[in-house]
Amino acid sequence: MSGIPHDHYEPKTKGEKWLHKRLPIVGLVYDTIMIPTPKNLNWWWIWGIVLAYCLVHMIVTGIILVMHYTPHVDYAFASVEHIMRDVRGGHMIRYLHMNGGSLFFLAVYIHMFRGLYYGSYKAPREITWIVGMLIFLLMMGTGFMGYVLPWGQMSFWGATVITGLFGAIPFIGEPIQTWLLGGPAVDNATLNRFFSLHYLLPFIIAALVVVHIWAFHTTGNNNPTGVEVRRGSKEEVEKDTLPFWPYFVIKDLFALAVILAVFFAVVGFMPNYLGHPDNYIEANPLVTPAHIVPEWYFLPFYAILRAFTADVWVVQWAGALTGGIIDAKFFGVLAMFGAIIAMALVPWLDTSRVRSGRFRPMFKWWFYLLIIDFVVLMWLGAMPAEEPYATYSLIGSAYWFAYFFVILPILGVVEKPTPQPATIEEDFAAHYGKPAE
Amino acid sequence: MMKKLSIAAVAALTLSAGAATAAGGGEQHIEDVAFSFEGPFGTFDQAQLQRGLQVYTEVCAGCHGLQYVPLRTLGDEGGPHFSDAEVRAYAAQNFSVYDEELEEDRPAKPTDFFPAITAAGAPDLSLMAKGRAGFHGPSGTGINQLFKGMGGPEYIVSILTGYTGKEKEEAGTIFYENTAFPGGWIAMAPPLSDELVEYADGHSNSAHHMAEDVSAFLMWAAEPKMMARKQAGFVGVLMLVILSTLLYLTNKRLWAPHKGKH
Repeated sequence: MSGIPHDHYEPKTKGEKWLHKRLPIVGLVYDTIMIPTPKNLNWWWIWGIVLAYCLVHMIVTGIILVMHYTPHVDYAFASVEHIMRDVRGGHMIRYLHMNGGSLFFLAVYIHMFRGLYYGSYKAPREITWIVGMLIFLLMMGTGFMGYVLPWGQMSFWGATVITGLFGAIPFIGEPIQTWLLGGPAVDNATLNRFFSLHYLLPFIIAALVVVHIWAFHTTGNNNPTGVEVRRGSKEEVEKDTLPFWPYFVIKDLFALAVILAVFFAVVGFMPNYLGHPDNYIEANPLVTPAHIVPEWYFLPFYAILRAFTADVWVVQWAGALTGGIIDAKFFGVLAMFGAIIAMALVPWLDTSRVRSGRFRPMFKWWFYLLIIDFVVLMWLGAMPAEEPYATYSLIGSAYWFAYFFVILPILGVVEKPTPQPATIEEDFAAHYGKPAE
Repeated sequence: MMKKLSIAAVAALTLSAGAATAAGGGEQHIEDVAFSFEGPFGTFDQAQLQRGLQVYTEVCAGCHGLQYVPLRTLGDEGGPHFSDAEVRAYAAQNFSVYDEELEEDRPAKPTDFFPAITAAGAPDLSLMAKGRAGFHGPSGTGINQLFKGMGGPEYIVSILTGYTGKEKEEAGTIFYENTAFPGGWIAMAPPLSDELVEYADGHSNSAHHMAEDVSAFLMWAAEPKMMARKQAGFVGVLMLVILSTLLYLTNKRLWAPHKGKH
């Protein structure tokens, strides 16, 4: 499966040979976990394992929650309270699941920005990147539908607002929205289908994770220098890499344990910090909350959605050019999805031949600005839709698009990269010295 | 590298932005009360929960229900922790429920829930202490919730003690000015006054003390497993710190032959 030459599994005992002839599953596992991995990977490379853990964590806690949860508008809220009060350990399982979603998104954002900084999306890893973006989209869908299930005020009104986005699509929007909701408004049919999909999508994510891993096992991992592993011979490979097991498994598990220690502190001591108080009020279609705010991990994109109001000149232009088909609401929806599509297109938007941001003196600063932009947009997404936040959101959104569609294409042409190390071995030796003989 | 780390730290701190903007607005005055259950090691004060239950029963229960709270949990450890006999007596003396088999009302039993009291149109209090946040700042980032807590019980104390004495009538309803309520005018008449409830343990029964007691009780009602949760969190953190240390040492030793000494 790997494009990098390395030792393959050889069945030794009679039993192993018997099995290998019929189903080479041990060989598959061996080749997967023994993949030669660039030995200079830094700590930003540990989030993949954290994400794999998160997926398992969410599926396991989720399956237990389903055993006690009732997906019906009359019982959903009460059944969550039943889990919190009567089910043995239910309060912990529920808080682990609830905060697990936050850990999942925290990890995926760091993982994505790591890829953006070190150019992990560049050839030949475009498929890994695209599959990753699909996983991210499915995660957003799963997270959003999961938030509806407790049937609190924010569940209900969040669902109303977000499904309303589809209603903004010209001509076919309203039928689509009705079809999604299973009726004219968010109701029992909506809750039931969201519950069904919330259970289904994680398994599709799991399948895509396999593809994601398959893809980067074919190309080999990127690394902080962006310099490829020499793959002329096994000896050459061994100078640049170490096998994933045990070197990176232990390293990643150490990082995971540290992260989980913090995670357990959050779950144990402040489990509602990242939630919204309004979701402890049962859904009421007749009372609209003062502010409808999505979960923190949607806020940057929510800010982009709201940034393009009817008084913005691009929105007016788009409206004039399309004879009013694109109004402010639809423009916002396009902008929000466009912000994610921009990320998905980055392998073809970045014109630089140098992979790692480490050797791109100008790129670095634009990248740091992108991170600040992301954090500021996150804050703006939680603010009311009024001045000065509206203007800030517009500036933040503009930078997001400018980074991908203007800055990255131009930088590749005008930037003068600094010298890269010839090999990974050289980079590793410069950091840690030569291996002891 | 440091730059990247500090950016990550800023990102982590602002993650809470979503939790920041709560039901209310920005101008409410919320008093920060030092409750015994705050912080990683804070515990409920059993005597305070018992007093709070008394305030709830004698004052709040006139209009507000606690429909998600089972009466039997009054005997749970980590809560008011009454004896079985006391819980039975409390249930029977204070509430009656409609029994579908008997087809008539009977005194409540520990297996029943607190009743849902909706006659006055007042909100249920089961989750009130989690359904409100007292602290949102600075600038709506929610960072001070890290230090002060979410502020649900503080919000309740501030509402109960935040009346200015001014009233106004609108469409036949009297509203009372309240410095903690979003919008500044609340339909609930001031429920507490000094010495309204007679405590058996001789604790001060000023309006402010009663407000604190009932808020603590409502925090327990909203989060009855808080003590168990903190304990589980503490054990989890402790085990993971030990595991991290072992993995750190393993990792160091594993990599040592591949790294030269500087």
